[in-house]
Amino acid sequence: MHIMEGFLPVKHAIGWSVVSAPVVACGLYAINKKIKEQPEHRMLLGVAAAFTFVLSALKLPSVTGSCSHPTGTGLGAILFGSAAMAPIGAVVLLFQAILLAHGGLTTLGANIFSMAIVGPLAAAAIFRMAKTAKLPFGISVFLAASLGDLLTYVTTSAQLALAFPDPVGGFAASFAKFAAVFAVTQIPLAISEGLLTVVVFNALARFNPQELKEMNVVTVQGA
Amino acid sequence: MKRYQNLLLMIAVVVLAAVPLRMLEKPAPGPDGKVVEIFKGADDQAKNVIHEIAPGYRPWFKPLMAPPGEEINTLFFTLQAALGAGFIGYYLGMSVTRARMRRELDKEAEC
Repeated sequence: MHIMEGFLPVKHAIGWSVVSAPVVACGLYAINKKIKEQPEHRMLLGVAAAFTFVLSALKLPSVTGSCSHPTGTGLGAILFGSAAMAPIGAVVLLFQAILLAHGGLTTLGANIFSMAIVGPLAAAAIFRMAKTAKLPFGISVFLAASLGDLLTYVTTSAQLALAFPDPVGGFAASFAKFAAVFAVTQIPLAISEGLLTVVVFNALARFNPQELKEMNVVTVQGA
Repeated sequence: MKRYQNLLLMIAVVVLAAVPLRMLEKPAPGPDGKVVEIFKGADDQAKNVIHEIAPGYRPWFKPLMAPPGEEINTLFFTLQAALGAGFIGYYLGMSVTRARMRRELDKEAEC
């Protein structure tokens, strides 16, 4: 989902940066507040960041014959809320943009918007809806993480379609082309991300039930 | 079932990654003798779509620093994954031990 360096027209690059910057700032504020309230959750925040590091480094093959990577932002969004993931995702994207020439500084704002804002927002919202609908915990986590992942790539497709509308079909035709590259490739990877997120939550539920309860992720279940 | 759930989930992830590798075959080199690469990055393919839609577009900014080679690129990606995995492993290990010690404490308290 990384839009490559220089591949967004200047106006779009600036626009997405302007949109993303305040969200990242809000996220920093939210993280600070959470850590001040419950300093013992600092380690879990590290886990959320580490999970994003691992998953966004894993380029997995997909049925379309191309490779892409999951985002790993669903875990942190469920644990800490979507705002907290904006700065974490930004750090990962910055690392990749500077050291790996993967993504870029001019496209950082747009990439933050898709991976660190839309994805986590969707994941947190879906998780809350699934919880309200009383779906089993594992299913809720799976849906949140995998759909958040997929929506990140849908967002990237939309961003590119906005920047490069098809000369004939306009935004819609262009969106279809980019989505064919990104979103379709992403479907199996989104499933993988959903499954891996459930694996981590199973481990947390077993060994850190106290933390999950404090963070309102699980409603009291006796254990 | 609960006991094996994580193992099963992880096997499912491996299968999901392995199936495309087995399913798709490398196409034979074209008439120009060029080897067709498969499993290229989706980001690269998006670049091709951009070229298709807007043939005149030229990127206006170059990466400040590009890894000097494919191997170095792999090094950085591995480093990124290793850092993350290391931290998660550390936290899990700590949590497992802490949970066990708590249980033992509870047991002692009961005696």
